[in-house]
Parts: sequence; structure tokens; C-alpha cells
Amino acid sequence: MPLQSLDVINQSAKTAVPPQARHTLEVAKLIDVSRCIGCKACQSACMEWNDLRDEVGTMDGAYTNPPDLSDQTWTLMRFNEAEVNGTLNWLILKDGCLHCADPGCLKACPAPGAIVQYSNGIVDFHQENCIGCGYCTAGCPFHIPRLSKRDSKAYKCTLCSDRVGVGLEPACIKSCPTQALSFGSKEDMLFQAEHRLDDLRDRGFVNAAVYDPKGVGGTHVVYVLPHGDRPEAYGLPKDPQVGPVLRVWRSGLARAAGVATMFAVLVAGILHYMRHGPLEVPPDEKETKP
Amino acid sequence: MTNHWVDIKNADVVMVMGGNPAEAHPCGFKWVIEAKVKNRARLIVVDPRFTRTAAVADQFAQLRPGTDIAFLGGVINYLLSHDAIQHEYVKAYTNAPFLLREDYGFADGLFSGWDEAKRTYDKTSWGYELDKDGYAKVDPTLQDPRCVYQAMKRHYARYTPELVSSVTGVPRDGFLEICKTIATTAAPERTMTSLYALGWTQHSVGSQNIRAMACIQLLLGNMGMPGGGVNALRGHSNIQGLTDLGVMSQLLPGYLGCPTEKDPDLKAYLEKRTPKALRPGQMNYWQNYPKFMVSLLKATFGAEARKENDFRYDWLPKNDKTYDILAAFELMHQGKVSGYFCQGFNPLAAVPDKGKLTEALSKLRYLVTIDPLVTETSTFWKNHGEFHDVDSSKIGTEVFRLPSTCFAEEDGSLVNSGRWLQWHWKAADPPGEAKSDADIIAELFVKVRELYRKEGGTFPDPILGLSWPYKIPRAPSPEELAREFNGWALADLPDPKDKTKTLAKEGEQLATFAHLQDDGTTAAGCWIFTGCWTQNGNQMARRDPADPSGLGNTPGWAWSWPANRRILYNRASADPSGKPWDPNRRFVFWNGKRWTGADVPDYRPDAAPEEGLSPFIMNAEGVGKLFALGGMAEGPFPEHYEPFETPLGKNPFSPRSISNPAARLYPGDREKLGTAKEFPFVATTYRLTEHFHYWTKHTRIAAVLQPEAFVEIGEELAKLRGIRSGDRVVVRSRRGQIKVKAMVTKRIRPLKVEGQELHTVGLPIHWGFEGLTKPGYLVNTLTPFVGDANIQTPEFKAFLVDVQKADVRQA
Amino acid sequence: MSDPRGDLILRHTNRARVTHWAVAIAFVFLFLSGLALFHPFFFWLSFVFGGGTLMRVIHPLAGVALVLLFYPYAASHLHDNRWLPADDSWVRHMFAYMRKEHADLGETGKYNAGQKLMFWSMVPIIGLMAVTGVMLWQPWFAPAFSSGARRVAGLVHAACAFVMFVGIGVHVYAAIWTKGSIDAMIRGTVTRAWARFHHPGWYREVTGKDAR
Repeated sequence: MPLQSLDVINQSAKTAVPPQARHTLEVAKLIDVSRCIGCKACQSACMEWNDLRDEVGTMDGAYTNPPDLSDQTWTLMRFNEAEVNGTLNWLILKDGCLHCADPGCLKACPAPGAIVQYSNGIVDFHQENCIGCGYCTAGCPFHIPRLSKRDSKAYKCTLCSDRVGVGLEPACIKSCPTQALSFGSKEDMLFQAEHRLDDLRDRGFVNAAVYDPKGVGGTHVVYVLPHGDRPEAYGLPKDPQVGPVLRVWRSGLARAAGVATMFAVLVAGILHYMRHGPLEVPPDEKETKP
Repeated sequence: MTNHWVDIKNADVVMVMGGNPAEAHPCGFKWVIEAKVKNRARLIVVDPRFTRTAAVADQFAQLRPGTDIAFLGGVINYLLSHDAIQHEYVKAYTNAPFLLREDYGFADGLFSGWDEAKRTYDKTSWGYELDKDGYAKVDPTLQDPRCVYQAMKRHYARYTPELVSSVTGVPRDGFLEICKTIATTAAPERTMTSLYALGWTQHSVGSQNIRAMACIQLLLGNMGMPGGGVNALRGHSNIQGLTDLGVMSQLLPGYLGCPTEKDPDLKAYLEKRTPKALRPGQMNYWQNYPKFMVSLLKATFGAEARKENDFRYDWLPKNDKTYDILAAFELMHQGKVSGYFCQGFNPLAAVPDKGKLTEALSKLRYLVTIDPLVTETSTFWKNHGEFHDVDSSKIGTEVFRLPSTCFAEEDGSLVNSGRWLQWHWKAADPPGEAKSDADIIAELFVKVRELYRKEGGTFPDPILGLSWPYKIPRAPSPEELAREFNGWALADLPDPKDKTKTLAKEGEQLATFAHLQDDGTTAAGCWIFTGCWTQNGNQMARRDPADPSGLGNTPGWAWSWPANRRILYNRASADPSGKPWDPNRRFVFWNGKRWTGADVPDYRPDAAPEEGLSPFIMNAEGVGKLFALGGMAEGPFPEHYEPFETPLGKNPFSPRSISNPAARLYPGDREKLGTAKEFPFVATTYRLTEHFHYWTKHTRIAAVLQPEAFVEIGEELAKLRGIRSGDRVVVRSRRGQIKVKAMVTKRIRPLKVEGQELHTVGLPIHWGFEGLTKPGYLVNTLTPFVGDANIQTPEFKAFLVDVQKADVRQA
Repeated sequence: MSDPRGDLILRHTNRARVTHWAVAIAFVFLFLSGLALFHPFFFWLSFVFGGGTLMRVIHPLAGVALVLLFYPYAASHLHDNRWLPADDSWVRHMFAYMRKEHADLGETGKYNAGQKLMFWSMVPIIGLMAVTGVMLWQPWFAPAFSSGARRVAGLVHAACAFVMFVGIGVHVYAAIWTKGSIDAMIRGTVTRAWARFHHPGWYREVTGKDAR
């Protein structure tokens, strides 16, 4: 698969439009939950490749370990015991960044270039530009980015942009023994996902579905969910949205209008002064002795 | 494995019972997923817990630990009573038509020949009725009441769905649903693969669990078929190689038996082990036993082994009894062992009843551990607080720790579960003073030999006469060892078919074990490995992934014993006329002149179908054994016996015999068995994906992924005992107690067994007092010192415990 | 008196002036750093604060300083900022006032209605900004709030900042426009004429004399 160098098409808090003449392939990671056995090979591969070592924690009542995503854990297998239609299911979800086409984190970020989106769809954090405000954590509809306790910078899955940039698959993909994870063009991944649904429906998963939520413009990490009608059972939001509040809050237009208004206040002041001059005590006001 | 990992993808039904491959064999499990995705296979999981394998299964049944034979016997009954068997296969390829001796019988849970006083079986009656030529009589119509088929039908008629359900706890309907799926593979074009591991072996009836599945696969015609077979998923790398090389007290390399005191000379030894064909014209491959044995003796004692001195057979040790691991620790516990070498082994954690093991190790004069890691065994003498509370001042054992390399720090071959010998190359230098196991043993040997040479001593001959042909005696290279296992010609070997040619010239590597001789002109260290390093070089290092048949058969990838054959009994994949049973699985077939196909035929290549040579050439009768004759210690048909710690206190199948009458149990250990009254819950031990035995707790990443010991209990049991997830609990058995955190789960449910509600307790084993994880108790503190009747594997999978909240007990 | 401006009246106590300028400095800090976060056009301002990260650290601290300084200051000025009937008239004639068309603005006290409006808008806005700022304050308090709550907080914080900027902008301009105000806030005193002219009510209160 041809993977060109990484062209930035969108950056947090940047007004200039980056070059977009080249057309690169949009990539996607497909997580086929029906093939996943929760072995955590992806998790260890992520730790190995990215040099991450979380603390040796404790057993907190589930197989999910470490207990949550963190600056040291960019992908996490979450184990969820759920009764669906009267039968016990052990729903195992590989949690991590979904690389939204319309990323809430990037929208929320006030630090120029701390979050970038490449033309292949990867949303990447550049910690050297990150100021640690945590707005990305508020902007993300999937609750993914985490601020490091060490350096207060935000971290999350990079979809191994360093590997993808040189034509390799992400580390987790390489490590997956059952090919529950695959990587390729988004088109291919969606095709493959649709194909899997036939088999799942044949096995009685009549609601099997592909999770590629439109509320965030689609994602570059796509799931095949056997119980596609109930993504929340796996721990995924049913209908994730960038949302009106975030849109207004980080709206470029509103901000530009704000800045314009501020300048207008300044200009109005100057004009007023030019027109009317200072307000002085009239000379006829006599000084009177007390 | 009769088949191999990749072959699993050819299955239509994958039956996982007695194993949890998604967790214990995640890499191999890819082929199960492949079967599901590409072959639309259905996955059945039967397990005491809802495992990660169950999470991707189509059908799941929660079974009471230790009742596998009840379940499988029920399946056999279903297949026979619904006539869901592959008739032609059963008639032609199994011993179903063979007539049994008149005095064979079964009553009250015991087979004929039981001596109540001695508590042993006289197996004479477990045989075929022979004609005047010594051949077994058969009834091809299967109607004779004394034929194996009818005997089997009678035996398993007792395994009704109702009784099976009541004993195993599996609901009747769920059980029948699973039977139905299994039965679909009786069709010639459908196959089922059976995957099992320690979930079947670690029982007092372990070997018979596997036998039961072998019977089912024979009835369904799934043996020898691509996508079929009975497949042991081996645990350790390289445990398959260990068994192949006979690193067990009762074995020599290549599954040759270790001589015993009853085999005074080579002739007696060979006569006992070289069977005669039980049907006219059968191949009976074990008739070559003398060639394998003599070649082994030549490899062992070199020029010293000559025909006139019985090839130095007298230099081999003769067993007076088996020295399996339970026997060894029993002797150690009795104070009869002074030194113990512990190589790549952590028995303090891996053998049952840690309390007994600690006492046993404390009685040694010295202990040598050879391991890349700090094992619990090597620090057994240190006090580790609550996790291992010993008084070091009272332990006199001198411990030597010899650091060894791990697999990535040395060249060599590993044998995988599918019998592939795969060469691997060193990736990194070992740290510090670590040396390879071969180097350590060689150095010790050279030193010991030197001492014997100088000082003499008792019977130095075998030590001084041992063939040691390595360039550097202190460090035999993996290549030298591999060539030696393969074997070479000691003289020119004339080709019996064409005297002008030779099979091999003197000094040449042998191409196949078919060239081995019993006259001392060949040497081979492990006959089944012959062919792995030929004149063409290291066959194990081959890496050609070509799969010409599309059936996942890659003859150019590494090398598989025997003879690079990938599926054992593959002749049975074709019907008696030599045509494949399934046109889509054209694996091995008769092309009019010879046997050919994707694999090396497990057969005489020129044996025309009309000749009537049966396909199971390793058996004296040439067919698969539904009836095991005297091959098994506790009976020719698998019979359900309760675990030694049974929650029922009875055996619903046969009131007279509760537990396996032939199992291994020492008197002192019988007293340490608990009862359901005191220990009401059934416990089972197991492994998790995140860890490999007691090794990976030494690595940071694995420690992060599964940091702390726990016990899994169902929500109902938790409610019963007032336990919440995360609470510290005490798990007690008759042998000891451990403290762990509780994981309360929906995945273990109470079972309805014999009218009572029964709870199962799950104990993952990976933690100990060494390593980077949170320290924990060794779970074998709890497990009973009971072994299987045939191979003495300890019963780790079914025993009784009680569980209570830790603080409640302390208060 | 040696002051060339003649006889002067004390308008702002030392304490009030110091507080005012401290508030002003905090505000400028907050304003410039907030502006850098508000729009990338101003992100260069972050370099004034030693880079984005340090700025992000300082901004909430300056906010705390502002709150601690402003509210006691505001409390001490409550009395002078009571809304009086005369203030309604001021508001009615506000635009005429800005055009310097001096109609009868009534008895303007120490603060005129414009100043009072400023005062009363800042009291809640600074409060709102403080609360929403705390909700966004990483890494201390923000993790306790849901991302939804933080989004709302972010929006309110930005909107208030905008209002505050405009308000303070008017305040600063008014000070520049009204000659003598800045001097008053620096030195503390105004001339009698200034006082009589701008704040006749206050003049009478202070001197006991009618302004006219």
C-alpha cells in the first residue's frame, strides 16, 4: 500500500491553510471485535514501540489493566461482562484514539500545532507544542487524551504515525495474532468490515454493524461490533458528536468576530477622540478656595 | 497434535475442551479464527469458566471441573444412539468390528480383572479374541454382541443426557445442542478438530479424557483428515521437544521405553516391545523397534556398542519403578534423595502441595537450579513473609544457581505442538555469566568423567564409555547435537532394492529413519528426528511458505517429525479405495500407481488399495482403537470417575468406584484430601494470556498487564460469602491456604449438580514471591498430590476449597 | 500648598490606588495570556510569558490574584456604587455626554452611572470567570469535571472574557478621554474644578459646598 509522507492538512490553532495539492490515501485501522480474544498483544506492542511503561498496578475487579488510559497507556483492552438478549457476553474492546475526521481535540486545542491532522487521516499530538491546558480532553467525545502527571502534556495513540509515515503498519496491527486488527485504506477497511457482517449475521448477530460514527465525520479507527445496536455495551458512545457547545466555543468565526470587536473598540475610541477630543474641565470652571 | 496449527483452519467445527487456546495459545488461536472467518466454522467451548475462548465461541457450556468423561461419554452415546457416525470409516479404519475376549466385562464402575485386595487390574481379559493364527477375529457387520462396537454401545448407553446433565451441570438442552453440532461432522466432507491442553491432562483421569475424544473422532471419521484430529496444545516451548527426546524417567528418545529391571538383556527388552501384527498382512511399523533401539545405542556408546556386547544395553540404567515428578518429590519428602538438579523447572510452584514440596526440598543436601530467572525454587530457603514463611536457619540445603540462557540467546531448534522442528537463531548475547543448558551440562559431564577416570568409583563404564564426539567437549554446538539426533551411516548401506546403489555412504547423514539398521551400521540419537539434518543440510532451517494444496500444508517450511509428515494417519483421509473422502480435501490419495498428495503418506507408498493394508500402521491391528486393550491403566473404555476431591462424595455413574481406581496417590497424601463438608466449592487452576507460567512476572510489561493475584468467583458465591470485587479473601484447601483478591464475575455461575447448587472457584496461577508483579501466594499451596493413572500428571484442575473474606477470618 | 494645580481634593486613597493598579496588572496579565489562547492571531503573546506552557501555568494564578484583589476592593466600593435615581438620568443622556453636549446629568456622585455599570458588570463576570476558570484548571481541578461541563465552562469563560475586554476597553478609554482621571488614580487627588465638574454630588459631599 502506498503511504506517502505525512502531509498536514489541519492544525490546532492555526489560521493558515496548509498545502493540500497532493492527494494521499486515507488510512484506517479496523478493529474486528468478533475476532478479538483480548490477549493484549496490541497493548504490549504499543508499550514496546512507543517506549511506554505504566506502573505495575493492582487487580481492580476486572481483566482491564492498567485500569485506565494514561500517558503511558495509549491503547487499553477493556473487559465488560454484559447480558445481551439473555446470553452472557464478555465484550472486549480495544480502547484508544479513533482518529476522527472532525477531531474534537484539535478543535478545542488553543496551542498552534500541538494537534495536527495528516492527509491520511491520522490525528497526532505534538507534545513540544502542547501547553498542557487539557482542552483536548474536554473536546474529545470518546474520552481518550490524557495529561501526563510527569510533564502535563497530552498523550494518546498516534496510530504509529512514525511507522505509517515510512510505509509500515502500526505496531498493534503487527502484533495481533488473530487479525482482529487490520490496517489499510479506509475504503478497503470498510469493505472488509461490511464483508464480516455477513458472517456475523449468519451466526445470529442480526444487529452486527460497523462503527464509523458520522457525528465526528467518521473515524480512521473503525470497529466491527457484533452487537452493533448497542455500542455503549462495549463502552463506546452511541452517537458521538463534536457538539454545539464545542463548535461555538472554539468557533473560528466567533473568535474572529471577537477579535474584530476588540479592534473595533480600539478604533471607536480613536475616532471618538479625534472627533470630540478629550473631556476636560471647562476653563470657566473657577478654582475656588476652600 | 496429530495435525498441526495451520490445519485448524480446515475445520468445520472446532471443539475446545480441556483447554483455553485464546488465552494460553493466542498465536495458534489465529487458525481457529481463520476457520471461523474463512471456513464458516462453528466454535464450541466447554469449560468450567467463560474464558476468552468462550468470548468468541458460537456455543458454550459451563462444565463442572473433572466431569469431562461424563460429557464426552454422553457425546459418544449420542453419536451411537443417533447413528451419527461415519459408517464406512468406523468399519474399515477402527477396531469396531473386532471381537473381544469372552471374559471381558464391565460392572459397577470396574472392568474385568480387578483385584480388590491388591487394588490393581489384571488386564488379560481386555483383549481381542484371536484365531488359531494369532490374528484378531472380526465381525464386519458389527452385529456380534462381543464386537467392540456393541461393547462400546452398551458401555455408553448409561451416559444418558439426563445423567450427563446432572453430573456435569451442563443443562440438558445445551448439551444436546453441542452434540448436534458435533454430529454434523460424521459426514465425510465435514471435519471437527479437537483442541485440548492441560485442562484435560491435569486430572486423575487425564489420559482417558483424551482417549474419550479420540474415540469420538474415530467414530466421526475425523482422524487423519485435514481439519480433524486430536490436538494437544503444548504449554512450554519446548515441551514437545522434551517428550520427543524422552527427557522423562520412563522414556528414551523417540518414545522408546526405558529399560526396566524386568528386561535383563536387549533381546528380552526388544521382544517385549516389538509387537506382532494382529491382522493378516498389517504393516505394524513398531516391528522396526530393534532398528531404532540399536541405532540409539550406537549413538549413545559409539564404538563401544558392538553386536557381541548387546550394543552395551547393559550400560543403560534399568528402572525399578517410574520416577515421575510426584514419585521424585515423594522420595525427597521421605528423605531418600540427597541432591536434585532442577533445569528449566520451578517445581516449588509447578508441583502440587507447596507445603510438602518445601519440606521435601529442605531435606536435600544440595539443590542445583539451572534457569535464566530467579525461580521460587531457587529461593525456597528464604523467608518471604506471609507468601513463603520458612525458617531459613532450619534449612540445610545448599543451593547452587547456574544462570542459563533463554531461547533468544542461543541457536537451536524448538518443536512446536504440530511436531515441527523449527530452527531458530540467536538474537542477543546472554547477560553476565549465563551459559546455554548444553554448555552447563557438558562442562559438568566433562568434569565428572575426569573424576571417574582418575578415581574410578562404582561402575564408571557407562560414563567413560559414553560417546562424546563434539569438537569442543565442554560446549557441544546445537548443530552437532542436531546432526547426532538425525543420525548417520557407520558403513555404506546398500539399497535392498538395487544392490548397485547405496542408501547412504559411511559417514553420511541419514535421509530417513527407514534407513536405520539393527546391525550397528547406523547411529541415530532420536529416530523420529531422522531426516531433520540430512546430507542436504539443516531441514529445520527451511522457510518456504509455499502451500501448493491450499490446505495449509507447507512441506518446505521447517521439518516435521516423522518423515516431514504434517498430518498423522493421513492415509485415513481417503476411503478404502484410495479416493479422498472429501473432494475438497484431496490430501493423500491413490493415483493408480502410488500414494501421493499434499503430504507424505503415513503408509507404504506402493500399497495398492486392493491389498487391504489398514491405515493406522503404528498399531498392530492397523486400525484406530476405540477399545484400548491393555494400553491404559484404568480400563479400555474411558469411564467417568470423580476427582479425588469430589463435591458429591459419590460417583453417580457407578456407586462402587468413586475415583479412578488406578490413579497415583501416596498414603500420606490420601490423608490430606478434603471433603465437601469442610470445603464446599470446586476449584480449578489455570493460566491467563498475560503471563507464561511463573516466568513473565519477571518482565515489566507482562507485570503491568496482569499485576496482582486474584481468585475468580461467581456473583452468587460472592453474595453467599458477602464478598465484593477487590476484597481480600482467604482460599483454603485441606493442604493450606492463600490470601488473594477476589474478582467477582458473571462468567462463573453456580451449577445444578445432582440436585444441589454447586459453586466453582477459579484460581489463576501466575504469581509468586519473586518477580516484578505484586507478590502473591503460590497457588499450588492448595492443590492435591494426586496423579493420573497412566502418566501421573497431577490433578490441578479439580479439587475442593472454601472461600471467605480475609478480614472476617482474621477477626 | 505648593501644588501648581492649586487646592486639591483626595479622590482615591493610597490603598485604593495600589489595589486598583494591582488589579490592573493582573488583568493585563490575564488579558494578554487569555488573548493568546483566545485566538491564534495573538498566540505570539505567549512568548511574553516564557512560552505557552508557562503562560498556561501563570494564567490561572493571575486569575486567583485578581479575584483576591478585586473582591475586597469591590466590597469597599459598594457604597459609592449604589444605583441612585440620578444615575437613570445619566444613562438617558449618555450619548449626549459622549458628544460632550452637556445636558443636565443630575447629581453625579463619586462615580457616574457609566462607572457604576462597569462596576456592577465586573462583579459577576469576574466571579463567573473564576468559577469556569477553576473548572478548566489543569491539572488540579479540571479532571473532576466532565468533558461536557468543561466545554460549557470554556464557552462561558471565553464569552465573559470578551465582555470583560470590551468593558475594560471602555473603562480605559474613558480614563484617557476624561482628563485628570488617570492622574487621579496615580496621585490620588483631583482639582476642585474637576470634582465640581465631573462629580458635583461627590464634591458637595466632600466639601459641603454646592457645585454651582
